[in-house]
Amino acid sequence: MYLYDQYDQAMVDARVAEFRDQTERRLKGALSEEQFRPLRLMNGLYLQLHAYMLRVAVPYGTLNSRQMHALADIADKYDRGYGHFTTRQNIQYNWIRLEDAPDILADLAAVEMHAIQTSGNCIRNISSDHFAGAAADELVDPRPYAELLRQWSSFHPEFSYLPRKFKFAVIASDTDRAAMKLHDIGIQIVRNHAGELGASFYVGGGMGRTPMIAPCIRDFVPLDQLITYAEACLRVYNRYGRRDNKFKARIKILVHELGQDEYTRQVEAEFAHMLEQGIEPPLAELERIKGYFEQPVFESGLAADFDRSDPDFALWADRNTHAHKAAGYVSAVISLKPVGGIPGDASAAQMHLMADLAREYSFDECRVMHTQNIVLPHVRIADLHALWTQLEAAGLGSPNLDTIEDIIACPGLDYCSLANARSIPIAQKISQRFAQSGRTAELGELKLKISGCINACGHHHAGHIGILGVDRKGKENYQLLLGGSEAQDTSLAKITGPGFDEDGIVNAVEKATDVYLANRAEGERFLDTYRRIGMEPFKEALYG
Amino acid sequence: MAEELGTSPDEVQFRFRDGEPVDHAAVTVDSFLDQSNATAVRIEPGDDARALLPHLERLALVEVNFPVFGDGRGYSAARILREAGYVGELRAVGDVLIDQLSSMRRCGFDSFAPDKRLDEEDARAAFERWPEVYQPAADARRPIWAKRHGQD
Repeated sequence: MYLYDQYDQAMVDARVAEFRDQTERRLKGALSEEQFRPLRLMNGLYLQLHAYMLRVAVPYGTLNSRQMHALADIADKYDRGYGHFTTRQNIQYNWIRLEDAPDILADLAAVEMHAIQTSGNCIRNISSDHFAGAAADELVDPRPYAELLRQWSSFHPEFSYLPRKFKFAVIASDTDRAAMKLHDIGIQIVRNHAGELGASFYVGGGMGRTPMIAPCIRDFVPLDQLITYAEACLRVYNRYGRRDNKFKARIKILVHELGQDEYTRQVEAEFAHMLEQGIEPPLAELERIKGYFEQPVFESGLAADFDRSDPDFALWADRNTHAHKAAGYVSAVISLKPVGGIPGDASAAQMHLMADLAREYSFDECRVMHTQNIVLPHVRIADLHALWTQLEAAGLGSPNLDTIEDIIACPGLDYCSLANARSIPIAQKISQRFAQSGRTAELGELKLKISGCINACGHHHAGHIGILGVDRKGKENYQLLLGGSEAQDTSLAKITGPGFDEDGIVNAVEKATDVYLANRAEGERFLDTYRRIGMEPFKEALYG
Repeated sequence: MAEELGTSPDEVQFRFRDGEPVDHAAVTVDSFLDQSNATAVRIEPGDDARALLPHLERLALVEVNFPVFGDGRGYSAARILREAGYVGELRAVGDVLIDQLSSMRRCGFDSFAPDKRLDEEDARAAFERWPEVYQPAADARRPIWAKRHGQD
């Protein structure tokens, strides 16, 4: 994985010094809260309901064991002994003191990490496929391109005060595991007919209160023009994105209002101009970065099967692993979704254990998934049982990847100052309900996502089943949505009808799954059945 | 006669060019385009900096106004002017704060007239904050990738 050289280290060290200075000016009153706010936000520090929250960047979700240990240490030293992994492949700490924030950034810098641009109206952490470098179906490892973009976008002088936040995702497989088309810019690395690698640009996707699927505005940008094209996309947005209404300020609104063709025309004109400016890093820089993402040396002749005599282990191994490009290996997913638990939370002890397991079984590497789980990308099938035994003992062995228990949920009203309703208790009740009824396995792949407000941090628009918490006359109310997908068949979920109270929404989810089970054809997932039979049968069961 | 706008040389707190600050009353972009003799102009966030490009040779001063620091359109305006070869004074005015100085400098501003005077020491530290830069912009700084690969 990528390692800092003296330049990268100098940049994060300068940032720590800058933020220490800014925090001191705030604490002594030289900066007003209004002036300090955008500065702390650009360092990932939010003021939440009860305390400051610090969001730490995990570029494209990749961590080594030293970094995961450091994250655990921060949880112990500055927080309440746990952290929360997010849908942007980052980690958040919810109980931070402002005075400690510069020290935390210094601790992060010591392990080549930071919180730069994890908030604010700037280019945020670049996300990617959590199985990058391991998946059997990928064209190339997408992370070198994400790292190139990370460096270009860090402290970009022109794009630090955009109309609104800006999120990139980079993938390199036809199977989309990163919700690529639901980002401000989604990039897919592709090969053209001449056999050359390049980038397809999808611009103007997003969730939030106006969900949109990004259209492809250019199907092939040569790799030696990648940064220049991104710069052109951003400049048009910075100049013409709406600033009169923060709810209409994302690039998706600009692309929508101008129309895809006109936005593309403006980008192409800016791109032609930008090509004259010589802003593109040389391909040698991309090659240098690629050197850090060399494939580990995989053993050959390994066993492709495992001993199925322990049914609990066999269930976990079947459900929580993903096909690997090297024979005898899999990617193994550590579920952070124990039944009744808080999705994405991990204790310091669990983080230390995951770090040790990454070192022991996965070439010293682990990944944060946007589904709020952790993956060990390169595990020998022969080691799975030993791995599972240790996970199970630590409460990390839930065999529920991609099931109805594998819920994405935002922090909701338990933490977030924007939320209208709690998300976590709904997730807890749903996972308990289905674990108790034993339906989880029968339902198969079913992606359920919960947001506690319209900002959609819990990706409810993209859930096979989505839940949106709203405030109705001072009471929490939950709307049910069906039919979303964040995969390569991206679709936006539709609301079923009137909302439900806290217990009602759990019952409603169960009723929706009953409709699926009663109607499904051979081999159909929930989403497939919904797409075939439509909303009506579900409405009838829910409201009839 | 168009209404005269703009900052006076007294209001310029930081300047990174030789000679005295340009002392011309700036006019709006619309007024500038209507007048053949104006030599100073003030760009507001909604103005298109490219409208000025045919007239760069007669401009001695461009002020770019930041009514609120969070409106970042002025950064693009500045870079567009520099990319087009404008070599005159480029002055950031308005809600110009310590923590935007280094980005503004990188986008080509060489003169700063903040609404509220800034602490000199804090500002110096801000201008000198970044030992390296990741990307080329309107200044002469070599990006990290150029240093890594021995490029000028």
